Amino acid sequence: MTAEHTAEPVAPGSGQDAAIDNLAALESEAIHIFREVAGEFDRPVILFSGGKDSTVLLHLAIKAFWPAPVPFPLLHVDTGHNFDEVIEFRDRVVEKYGLRLVVAKVQDWIDDGRLTERPDGTRNPLQTTPLLDTIGEHGFDAVFGGGRRDEERARAKERIFSLRNAFGQWEPRRQRAELWNLYNGRHRPGEHVRVFPLSNWTEFDVWNYIAREKVELPSIYFAHQRDVYLRDGMWLTEGPWGGPRDGEDVHTRTVRYRTVGDGSCTGAVESTATTIEEVIAEVQASRLTERGATRADDRMSEAAMEDRKREGYF
Amino acid sequence: MSSLLRLATAGSVDDGKSTLVGRLLYDTKSVLADQLDAVTRASVDRGLDTPDLSLLVDGLRSEREQGITIDVAYRYFATPQRSFVLADTPGHVQYTRNTVTGASTAQLAVLLVDARNGVLEQTRRHAAVLAMLGVPRLVLAVNKIDLVDYDESTFEVIAKEFTDHAVSLGYPVGEVLSIPISALQGDNVVTRSENTPWYTGPALLEHLETVPVAPDPHDAPFRLPVQYVIRPRTADYPDYRGYAGQIASGTVRPGDEVVVLPQGLRSTVTGIDTADGPLGEAGSGNSVTVLLDDDLDIARGDLIASAGSAPEPTDELSATVCWLANSALRAGSRVLLKHGAKTVQAFVEEIVARFDEQQLRAVQAPESLELNHIGQVRLRTSEPLPADDYRTSPRTGSFLIIDPKDGDTLAAGLVGVGFPALGDGQAASTDGQGATG
Ligand SMILES: Nc1nc2c(ncn2[C@@H]2O[C@H](COP(=O)(O)OP(=O)(O)O)[C@@H](O)[C@H]2O)c(=O)[nH]1
Ligand SMILES: [Mg+2]
Repeated sequence: MTAEHTAEPVAPGSGQDAAIDNLAALESEAIHIFREVAGEFDRPVILFSGGKDSTVLLHLAIKAFWPAPVPFPLLHVDTGHNFDEVIEFRDRVVEKYGLRLVVAKVQDWIDDGRLTERPDGTRNPLQTTPLLDTIGEHGFDAVFGGGRRDEERARAKERIFSLRNAFGQWEPRRQRAELWNLYNGRHRPGEHVRVFPLSNWTEFDVWNYIAREKVELPSIYFAHQRDVYLRDGMWLTEGPWGGPRDGEDVHTRTVRYRTVGDGSCTGAVESTATTIEEVIAEVQASRLTERGATRADDRMSEAAMEDRKREGYF
Repeated sequence: MSSLLRLATAGSVDDGKSTLVGRLLYDTKSVLADQLDAVTRASVDRGLDTPDLSLLVDGLRSEREQGITIDVAYRYFATPQRSFVLADTPGHVQYTRNTVTGASTAQLAVLLVDARNGVLEQTRRHAAVLAMLGVPRLVLAVNKIDLVDYDESTFEVIAKEFTDHAVSLGYPVGEVLSIPISALQGDNVVTRSENTPWYTGPALLEHLETVPVAPDPHDAPFRLPVQYVIRPRTADYPDYRGYAGQIASGTVRPGDEVVVLPQGLRSTVTGIDTADGPLGEAGSGNSVTVLLDDDLDIARGDLIASAGSAPEPTDELSATVCWLANSALRAGSRVLLKHGAKTVQAFVEEIVARFDEQQLRAVQAPESLELNHIGQVRLRTSEPLPADDYRTSPRTGSFLIIDPKDGDTLAAGLVGVGFPALGDGQAASTDGQGATG
């Protein structure tokens, strides 16, 4: 977040700030969405994982309410399969902007038996229950997520204001008409609305925006040396979730991450990009979408994402 | 930086919308390797020998199972000339509300027909919705031209029938372009086809890349719906009070005289703030925070407008609505109305007329408006609204009708008269001037 003030207003009639480019239009749309939610809901919350999309989301929220503080807390659904750099980043950001952070730890749900560990050890699919329980417990009525329509075909269908029923489920056939920039946030007690201010952004827009706004990201987004092993065509790293099995060799590689998630199934890509500009150049040249390249759980079935969204996943 | 075009597909079911979108994505190399792999695998599973490109957009499980589109898919692609936001909309009558959703922000619509079937009831319904929403430009894609042996006269007959119809809806002749295409084979989609030597116009993508995008008029009157009052009450900003919103039309500068509606309070703009610093001028589409000279009682839902040309707040609205719900609208209904950042109660005093979008004429004083009907209504609101005519200011001339019971969106509303036929009770005029703004 860099909100340094220029000393002098831009001269009227220069046309410089009256005309609006593509990134500025996306920013403006997202700020409009944040303010609508602040105006219409009682208890909004921002899902914050420390990943690039949620970091951009927070950056936009800060801009939307400046010079007042962000009027919502953050919620992190913590799989326990974290990268240290990301948790350190999360806590630093919370401190810097004086935010309130709610953490729902998947481990707590496993410890008291509300969830059981999966045989494959992956915890991404286990996030749904802690998320919905925490939404219910705190009475959150609007939940901001960093989802983008360009990520995947089911997301491409979702509204910016997406109503979830009392079970947290998305009902694709019952989506409301969403016209112009008029958002309908009405919901009944027990229901809530997921809100996606980045709906119309592409991955490329997010990176360009990060570069333009000088948004700070966790260091794992940039090339670094790491011990990794190959599983299912992805470079995984050792962590609290375990490490290489027999026959999986450990190599030291220069890698970076394209998404931040459960470390047990989030793969690194080989890369030498150490700056935003280099990352953008790589993204431009890339022939794989980010989720396809790096998230094992999206590959399971054609409809994997839709099924998880119906269940109440982000 | 290249410009952006927002477009939507429309047309009856099976006319080839999703295939066309898949073709555009594929031919502009916007399909990444893993997405194409997934579609190829799914196509093989279904016993097809070439990839079914519609699977690139039909992303819901029930869509793939039934081979139809249920909801709008938004896709993003770019060529060196331009970036595109494309809404692929469903063709079924029962999902027209999703088509309206996709078309509400479009600057151009590609309406498809199947060359074997020509203009259908649903084609006319979609054309009416596009005209009502004021989508400024139309392309008629006469698809599956391969299935009529690339026959010129078939194309000409359909193109003429549709163009006449669109003109009757208010489209100027020059804003409707007809193109013979095969979404499946790719004829005239990205490059001009040798199979249609008699067609001398541009391929679809060429047209999309070069069609002018009308900028928001710079001289439109200033409108800012207040979304949120920013009052930090922090040590650094103890007395700061700013009115945050996205400028709906026009431009604003410090020193401008404004009026706050519906109260009618006058004031002067003292500053335009953003997190990036103060602005000397801000225009339509910008999210800003406006500071005023006087300490006024302004809340979310109020409208800040230029003092010289402000709308007159009224609690009586004459509006065109497109009814999107299964339950019918009847005179006497009590609903909620969301206009700008304000939601008020409203009472349906009268259903003045229904627009028969097939015959292009008005049916006076109907009993009710049913799903997908377009009609003219009179509404009374619990508080006066500073509304503009949709044709002159779409952002402050549009509203939603919401069900007070379950919160569903029941209708899209446009202040003023959507079609000439609805205004005077006569058959639609055919001078082609009225309906599109
Ligand atoms: N021969 C031929 N078939 C087409 C063409 N375009 C679409 N189709 C087929 O028409 C059917 C309906 O297409 P689809 O894209 O799902 O239509 P939608 O309902 O308008 O989205 C599918 O079987 C397509 O393969 C075309 O140009 N030529
Ligand atoms: Mg379709």
